[in-house]
Amino acid sequence: GGSLTKLAYYSTVQHKVARVRSFDHSGKDIENEPLYEISVQEEITARLHFIKFENTYIETCLDFIKDHLVNTETKVIKATGGGAYKFKDLIEKKLGLKVDKEDVMTCLIKGCNFVLRNIPHEVFAYQKDSDTEFRFQTNHPNIFPYLLVNIGSGVSIVKVETEDKFEWIGGSSIGGGTFWGLGALLTKTKKFDELLQLASKGQHTNVDMLVKDVYGGAYQTLGLSGNLIASSFGKSTTADKEFSKEDMAKSLLHMISNDIGQLACLYAKLHNLDKIYFGGFFIRGHPVTMRTITYSINFFSKGEVQALFLRHEGYLGAIGAFLKGAEQDNPNQYSWGENYAGSSGLMSTSPDVYPMQRSRSGTFDMLEMDRLERPLVNLPLLKDPSTYIPDTVDLTDDALARKYWLTCFEEALDGVAKRAAASQPDSVDAPERAEKFRQKYWNKLQTLRQQPFAYGTLTVRSLLDTREHCLNEFNFPDPYSKVKQKENGIALKCFQSVIESLDSLGWEERQFALVKGLLAGNVFDWGAKAVSDVLESEPQFGFEEAKSKLQERPWLEDSYSQWLERLKEGPPHKCALIFADNSGIDIILGVFPFVRELLSRGTEVILACNSGPALNDVTYSESLIVTERIAAMDPVIQSALREEKLLLVQTGSSSPCLDLSRLDKGLAVLVRERQTDLVIIEGMGRAIHTNYYAALNCESLKLAVIKNSWLADRLGGKIFSVIFKYEVPCK
Amino acid sequence: VFPWFGLDIGGTLVKLVYFEPKDITAEEEEEEVENLKSIRKYLTSNVAYGSTGIRDVHLELKDLTLCGRKGNLHFIRFPTHDMPAFIQMGSEKHFSSLHTTLCATGGGAYKFEQDFRTMGDLQLCKVDELDCLIKGVLYIDSVGFNGHSECYYFENPTDAERCQKLPFNLENPYPLLLVNIGSGVSILAVYSKENYKRVTGTSLGGGTFFGLCCLLTGCSTFEEALEMASRGDSTKVDKLVRDIYGGDYERFGLPGWAVASSFGNMMSKEKRESVSKEDLAKATLITITNNIGSIARMCALNENINRVVFVGNFLRINTISMRLLAYALDYWSKGQLKALFLEHEGYFGAVGALLELLDSA
Repeated sequence: GGSLTKLAYYSTVQHKVARVRSFDHSGKDIENEPLYEISVQEEITARLHFIKFENTYIETCLDFIKDHLVNTETKVIKATGGGAYKFKDLIEKKLGLKVDKEDVMTCLIKGCNFVLRNIPHEVFAYQKDSDTEFRFQTNHPNIFPYLLVNIGSGVSIVKVETEDKFEWIGGSSIGGGTFWGLGALLTKTKKFDELLQLASKGQHTNVDMLVKDVYGGAYQTLGLSGNLIASSFGKSTTADKEFSKEDMAKSLLHMISNDIGQLACLYAKLHNLDKIYFGGFFIRGHPVTMRTITYSINFFSKGEVQALFLRHEGYLGAIGAFLKGAEQDNPNQYSWGENYAGSSGLMSTSPDVYPMQRSRSGTFDMLEMDRLERPLVNLPLLKDPSTYIPDTVDLTDDALARKYWLTCFEEALDGVAKRAAASQPDSVDAPERAEKFRQKYWNKLQTLRQQPFAYGTLTVRSLLDTREHCLNEFNFPDPYSKVKQKENGIALKCFQSVIESLDSLGWEERQFALVKGLLAGNVFDWGAKAVSDVLESEPQFGFEEAKSKLQERPWLEDSYSQWLERLKEGPPHKCALIFADNSGIDIILGVFPFVRELLSRGTEVILACNSGPALNDVTYSESLIVTERIAAMDPVIQSALREEKLLLVQTGSSSPCLDLSRLDKGLAVLVRERQTDLVIIEGMGRAIHTNYYAALNCESLKLAVIKNSWLADRLGGKIFSVIFKYEVPCK
Repeated sequence: VFPWFGLDIGGTLVKLVYFEPKDITAEEEEEEVENLKSIRKYLTSNVAYGSTGIRDVHLELKDLTLCGRKGNLHFIRFPTHDMPAFIQMGSEKHFSSLHTTLCATGGGAYKFEQDFRTMGDLQLCKVDELDCLIKGVLYIDSVGFNGHSECYYFENPTDAERCQKLPFNLENPYPLLLVNIGSGVSILAVYSKENYKRVTGTSLGGGTFFGLCCLLTGCSTFEEALEMASRGDSTKVDKLVRDIYGGDYERFGLPGWAVASSFGNMMSKEKRESVSKEDLAKATLITITNNIGSIARMCALNENINRVVFVGNFLRINTISMRLLAYALDYWSKGQLKALFLEHEGYFGAVGALLELLDSA
């Protein structure tokens, strides 16, 4: 670019993952052996890195690339933007690679499609005068068609219809270069940023002729307000008056922003489009221009079109150039996930917004995206994927909740770091890494306190996910692996007696006992401080103790009677999809008996567990071992497995929460194949922090025990209140 | 009751049309009060009034029949900031004693209404700006320009040798897009005499050109600004497509000569120091004109109209802009749109106000 270099590179990252493997138990003393073996292995995953820095550092950067370029097959480097021409010789000389120049606009659009598809909360609307300036949008499953208005030195308006089909439909010569060039002439201020600074301090009404200057008031018949600009610079039509730099800069900013907004609206109308994304250096990270463009779009479209901006707008060209270069590896066939640990937040380099970061390095900014092992798609049962919002509370909006949760995560941090270090007793550097993790996550929390919008909408889920990303970054892939192993072992031993006591009950009593068991199991959550304190101090705390903690009926949210009625009166469900939560008692003594009952009713069950570890949540590979062991004890489970009436799948996620719009494709296929007509979501993370309001096309059960007194209080209950939400979609 | 005036008080200029009856009978002459006579004499025997008022003699419409009276229509303009002096003069000439109505349009009809009443003892009859504009255009076009066509267009607008101004017959005018370029710009879609709507407007108009020129070059009149522009070279100031891509940008079908960034070269200090005031004036003119052309073209497409009539005082003695508009509209629409112009550029609002007066009488 003109002043910043954006570099995209692909690397393989070696990091530790936790693996579980079943022992060969033949001839061994099963009683005293752990259930399965845990090992930490090195795994290689793919990661995309994007970094942004000032052009002055380009030589240092090229040296870095030279040192780290491991693929000796590489013969070319893809480059785009104005600098591709400027630095061509330098790059070729330093790296010994041929520079392949790629078309700017093609790269921009490829990059845009990529971020729109892969980064949740990529898109935001800007509202200066509201409490939350950044309004993040949910990703629409279909990103096309859209209008991209790129405001560089000039303006390009491109209509994007599909991945490969886009068309330049117009443009304007009045753009960022006009603001900069004309601004420099008028104010003798040389730098773009300084011009914006001037503009934000000026009064355009001293320079512009307003409607009220012409009419004395509003132009009533046309409904034009008196404050509207009738003629930009209309008051400077005199040689004898001096105008302040600030006022002229402001007037110029309005003139250009309004003009661009007007043209964008005219093009949007002509092509019948309602999504307009704005980018280019005029916009990039500048609240001032985002504000004036938003105003203009609102004015000219009468609110029908929304001006939208992208969090990673500055990277689009580099991402696109990278994708062009990597075409034979087809990066678009994968799903990618933003890594919060390795990415700078929105506006991290903006001096206006981020004064505290300024001291670090002027404009250094980065983005990391992990290649996910499997593609992610929507749950086919979502009622309306385009309006589905996983998270229940938007912490960017809700200042009180934000303060609480940030403090809550801060207070839990020492404990998490301690547990992380303790989980790797054989590793010498574990304490050091744990401390680094603690610092990194602490810093993230401080950033989020200042700038809640740094990574999209702030939610309990994003706080949890960021913590997982940070733990992984310092090679703590699964701090709870041993806890889970132990708890799974203990719970398995109780399985048969629990089943026996359930089987001794009458039908109606059993149904209630099953639900209560499911809820009691859900108490065992190491993520909740109230519980982890108990579990740390009272090792004997078990299933029965948990049951006694539960709120008595009527529960805080209680549609149990309707559920019972449904079981009693209705036909068996065709297939139930269950999202499991914790390891140990939760999955083994809570979920499995429930599954067993469903199977006995003739309902098929898809049991979905996380692909990767998060807290003490049961992972897919753990669930395989646990199920195998239960099957050995229980003929119902065994035959269901054999007949493929009980299916174990992975969610594609490694989060304690659940985003139903990003699920493993295999799961989605199965859900459709088996005509799933019941979804059961269990646990605070999956059923309260997320999906509490999720609307599905089929019956659903959302159950959880509230293990946090602040949250309970907020919902009007006490700690260990029960949520039992049975929902039937309206016909 | 004479005198017949139409007044259009804009943001920058006041436009005044005056009907001078030429069929005054001896009796009428006899009865005509002294005040009225003196006003008529004053207006028709001068071509300039005070230091800033000007009568556009070349626009005068001769032997016009209006409301059964024969006479000449005169076109006079002066800056809006001299409005107080104008009202003062009206007061000194005892205009109010004539018991006539003064029909006025434009924003100033509202802004100065109070002043007319208190200083001039005159009650203004305010009429809507857009109604007047359309009425004026349709009327003047129908009576023609002293036997010539009021409406015209340019053939080969960019070719200095072959460029020709040719008459255009606007007999069946509808639908048309009317672009009025005063200090700011209003764009109207006109479907019939009564059926029209304001499509949009832009604040980048004549006032912007003149205002920016004053700041950039220190000029003090519109004429001076235009004169400087005519001697400048905007390609030194603007960044063209070919400056970025070395030629045409074929991927998007953009010709090398197209402006990619107005004032884009001025981002560089060296280039800022090497341009002349004339270059800056020219670039300002080109920027504003192209932008109006572009917005007008988009409106025409959205409204599905292919004739675009440009009026307003920005176009006065401004052949550069007219030819550029003609060319840009034709080029970017691939020949689908036609730019039309009218000889009485900025006076239609005032004419409309005069017609309103006669209609109401």
